[in-house]
Amino acid sequence: MTGTAPHGLRAESITLAYDGRRVVEGLDLEIPDGRITAIVGPNASGKSTLLRGLARLMRPETGRVTLDGRDIRSYAPKEFARRVAVLPQQPVAPDGVLVGELVSRGRHPHRGWFGGRSSDDDRIVAEVLEATGTADLADRAVSELSGGQRQRVWIAMALAQRAGIVLLDEPTSFLDVSHQLELLDLLTESNRLHGTTVVMVLHELNLAARYADHLVVVDGGRIAAAGKPAAVMTAETVGTAFGLECVIADDPVAGSPMIVPIGRFHRA
Amino acid sequence: MSAAPVTAPAPAGGSIDAVARRVGAARVRRRRRVAGVVVAISLVALAAATASLLLGAAGLGLGDVVAALVGQGSPKAEFVILRLRLPRVLAAIIAGTALGLGGALFQTTLRNPLASPDILGVTGGASLAAVGSMLLLGLDGPAVSVAAFAGALVVAALMWGLAWRDGLTGIRFVLVGIGLASIVSGLLGWLITRADVREASEALVWMVGGIGSVGWPELATAGGALAVLLVLTAFFSPRMPLIALSDDSARSLGLDATRARLVAIVLGVALVAVATALAGPIAFVALVAAPIARALVGNGQAALAASALVGAAIVLVADLVAQHAFTGVAVPVGIVTGLIGAPYLLWLIARGNRKGSDG
Repeated sequence: MTGTAPHGLRAESITLAYDGRRVVEGLDLEIPDGRITAIVGPNASGKSTLLRGLARLMRPETGRVTLDGRDIRSYAPKEFARRVAVLPQQPVAPDGVLVGELVSRGRHPHRGWFGGRSSDDDRIVAEVLEATGTADLADRAVSELSGGQRQRVWIAMALAQRAGIVLLDEPTSFLDVSHQLELLDLLTESNRLHGTTVVMVLHELNLAARYADHLVVVDGGRIAAAGKPAAVMTAETVGTAFGLECVIADDPVAGSPMIVPIGRFHRA
Repeated sequence: MSAAPVTAPAPAGGSIDAVARRVGAARVRRRRRVAGVVVAISLVALAAATASLLLGAAGLGLGDVVAALVGQGSPKAEFVILRLRLPRVLAAIIAGTALGLGGALFQTTLRNPLASPDILGVTGGASLAAVGSMLLLGLDGPAVSVAAFAGALVVAALMWGLAWRDGLTGIRFVLVGIGLASIVSGLLGWLITRADVREASEALVWMVGGIGSVGWPELATAGGALAVLLVLTAFFSPRMPLIALSDDSARSLGLDATRARLVAIVLGVALVAVATALAGPIAFVALVAAPIARALVGNGQAALAASALVGAAIVLVADLVAQHAFTGVAVPVGIVTGLIGAPYLLWLIARGNRKGSDG
């Protein structure tokens, strides 16, 4: 504390609970500004809950989440939405909504009380449609799209918020490998071109290690390790957090750590 | 580090402009379609209203009707038009508008086509309180309207309280509502059976949903309340597209989802109460108006204005049928809307079952 207000999103000893059942306990986390952070962890480790806490979708029982030093609960809803965009797990669009219409809803935080649109709304919507490769789908109904296309449309909606921080809860689940890569490339592009801070919960460890600048391993509602993927992704960490025996190799393409899991039949 | 430098894919400014124009054009097309639907339904409603004013045993022609409307008619024509037929038409418009809009607010907010105030017992709550205030307390006039509103609000509050679990899901709300609806109808039955025969039959007529006995004072009260609610709903309506998404999505777009859904439900309850207090529980209008409007406007929208107009048109046409289609007897409008609405409800449930979906 040298007088400069803390920058970006951080959790200060937050406890998050459902119906009194504590899922995240006394957790501290600092999200590096302008970087890609991946949150990984075994099932029921509290990683999605942690993201919901950061996204203001859940109120912490104790502790607080701050954005630029201010408790996120002190922001007006729209003000927060202009700073932080959130893509929840498995979002649902009403039947028949068109892609262009859905993505336009991302402009809501920038609209006034009567929902009047500003003159550059259409342009910003067009930009994110173009960036996500969904411009050709603009006049199609969201419900007609394939899983990969639909997920790109939802990301376009989040990007249309033009927020500096984007939080995504398992954006690649239910996508095949090529669509997973396409989506992570898309988020990387947004990060590299616009300096967007990306925070995502991911299941796939090797993709997390490859795409993240900052890797957070959550286990049992606490942070088991956090830092650069090369430092965090050790056989020991994976062993304790995931209960998985593995060898860490160098990813031959990206040079990032790559987990090679070992099952019962392949032990030396 | 692992990340390779990413170069901008050089989006041509021209292509972005073209996409922006397409997005704008799609919105204009939607608006035109909504406007077209609104005009078309208004014409249907106008035709039904005109027919209601013209048809009947008094044998009045168009000239007599117009003369009566502007206060230049014969005493007989003025009595028939201004005392009997015009109040009836206005009551149909007010009740239908309120039910159509109330149903649209409920269905969009609860994200379920079954979640209509008449299925959920909100209308029943209004009826129970209205009938109770008539039979037990001997109230009449505006006091009955206030009781109807209170009854609807109590049922909705109970539903909200019972269905709330760390948030509100449409399907739990619907199930709780159906349970409350049967409790309310049981209580209504009990009230009727213990009342004396003459009063009970009056209450029964009211419960079927009729607009035949509405006078100017009731119309003024209901019309004023409806006008206020229409203005409030118009102010609130920009939030509906976000409410139609999940609570999480709505919140991440900067909407206080719980509060917005609460406001939408309270507006819906008030609208339904206005209609019920004026005309009794006209069956199924709130259930069918919004889906018809959405089908006409194109899916994916709350279609509030179109739903309100479809509601008005349904009640006007149904009343026309109720008055003139059955030889010898005029039946209450609620019978006709029930005959239309019940099969639709069955179809909706059957379709929902096949899809195995939450709707």
